[in-house]
Amino acid sequence: MSVNTVIQAQALNLTFETNDGPVHALKDVNLDIAKGDFVSFIGPSGCGKTTFLRCIAGLETPTGGEITVNGMTPDEARRARAYGYVFQAAGLYPWRTIGGNIRLPLEIMGFSKSDQAERVGRVLELVDLAGFEKKFPWQLSGGMQQRASIARALAFAAAILLMDEPFGALDEIVRDHLNEQLLELWARTGKTIGFVTHSIPEAVYLSTKIVVMSPRPGRITDVIDSPLPKERPLDIRDSSEFIEIAHRVRDGLRAGHVDD
Amino acid sequence: MKSLLPVLTVVGAILLFWVVSVVPMNMHLTADQAQRDSLTVSPETPAERQAYSGLGLTLQNPGLLSRTYGLERPRLPSPHQVGAEMWDTIFEKRITSRRSLVYHGWVTLSATLLGFVIGTGLGILLAVGIVYNKAMDMSVMPWAIASQTIPILALAPMIIVMLGSIGIQGLFPKAVISAYLSFFPVVVGMVKGLRSPDVMQVDLLRTYSASSAQGFWKLRLPASVPYLFASLKIGISAALVGAIVAELPTGARAGFGARMLVGDQYGQPLVTWAALFGAAITAAALGGFFSLIERLTLRRMGMTAA
Repeated sequence: MSVNTVIQAQALNLTFETNDGPVHALKDVNLDIAKGDFVSFIGPSGCGKTTFLRCIAGLETPTGGEITVNGMTPDEARRARAYGYVFQAAGLYPWRTIGGNIRLPLEIMGFSKSDQAERVGRVLELVDLAGFEKKFPWQLSGGMQQRASIARALAFAAAILLMDEPFGALDEIVRDHLNEQLLELWARTGKTIGFVTHSIPEAVYLSTKIVVMSPRPGRITDVIDSPLPKERPLDIRDSSEFIEIAHRVRDGLRAGHVDD
Repeated sequence: MKSLLPVLTVVGAILLFWVVSVVPMNMHLTADQAQRDSLTVSPETPAERQAYSGLGLTLQNPGLLSRTYGLERPRLPSPHQVGAEMWDTIFEKRITSRRSLVYHGWVTLSATLLGFVIGTGLGILLAVGIVYNKAMDMSVMPWAIASQTIPILALAPMIIVMLGSIGIQGLFPKAVISAYLSFFPVVVGMVKGLRSPDVMQVDLLRTYSASSAQGFWKLRLPASVPYLFASLKIGISAALVGAIVAELPTGARAGFGARMLVGDQYGQPLVTWAALFGAAITAAALGGFFSLIERLTLRRMGMTAA
């Protein structure tokens, strides 16, 4: 384990007991994630990508193997506010304003009132929502709501950002825009990001490391370190390097795919 | 205002049905009265008239038609008679008078409100218990449902008598019955409301390592507010019914229920009808009041697209 490793999984296993017998959600998963990495998890549904992210967050408990976050167990890491988590849906509380929603984790963690106000202002600006603090969620578009939920995850300045298909429900144009913004945010904040997606272009465009997974049992079939530069304009997606990586991801997905 | 015409049409139809029904309903009484007033009535004896239906008797005596609307003690009062009685007992009597409908209304309303507050509080507490305690979840709900299947008419006198025997009288026993009816919708609504946050919202709080109390105050309670209001609107009308029912079998001397009973026993249908309408208007006003509070609260909470 290098000094830079923030998340490390070793022989991680997770089996759900269901009525139809055990389901191997994760089988022998080994992975190191370094500080400042942008790691995408890609694979068909049932491949365990979300489950793995939830293991990092301590929302699921592995049945075997070991996982550490900043050298701690996921539970300890969570209590140490190691990560912010962004879910598939924005999940903003409809009875709280955008500012109020972003304050939610800060209130729970006991930040002072003045600190709260200052942080809310700062993260709203980071996600380009300055001026929307007093608006209620229903007054914002789906893309803006998801940006607000990212701001909420950023508010307590965790060094790790875990994102579970955050843009899955948005249309392509909004998604492109948010991807660009996310890269910008990542460059400005230097966070380590774990990002679950099932879009190949999204994974290739965003990541420094692409983890290809396959189902039954959920496992890692390929880990691709992206040679793309950190600066990524949207038209990088037409470059030959980009297309090459996308090919490799597609091959990895196909190899792991059992059509049953 | 688009709905004004349909609403008025329905109200008009109901009134028309009522007005038309007055004639056959009251015809036998009208004929008896007319006979006492030395008018010619056919057939001539009450016994013979009993063989006729109200409608049949009307066809025999079309001349008595207008008199059916003016009986002092009609079987079915006409709308204008009920209106006049209500005007008289609401506006023409001092509200401290025992003949004032406002006085009786307040007696019922105060028991209703006290019972409603007790019932709502109890309902919320039970719902919190059911949501947070596995044993209560398994045990309380069946009892709550069973409690509502017992006819309140059978239960009310027992509660009044039992509380009376330990010296509790007046407002409180009636409030107990109101509470008994109104806690149930609050339990059902609040359990649903407190459980309404989805898995994702609960997981979000877990990522913050939020305590269970924080989860209650910041997520579950605010999420349950729309459900609570739906329950409150049902609960308040149930509480009013409870208070009236509590007045019926127990010889209460004041309240809507007492007025209904008095009207019945002393052959004063106008009194009964005025009390009925008084109760209906009170229920509508309470329901409307809670709808208004609901709208204002939810708008303030940002839960409706204002």
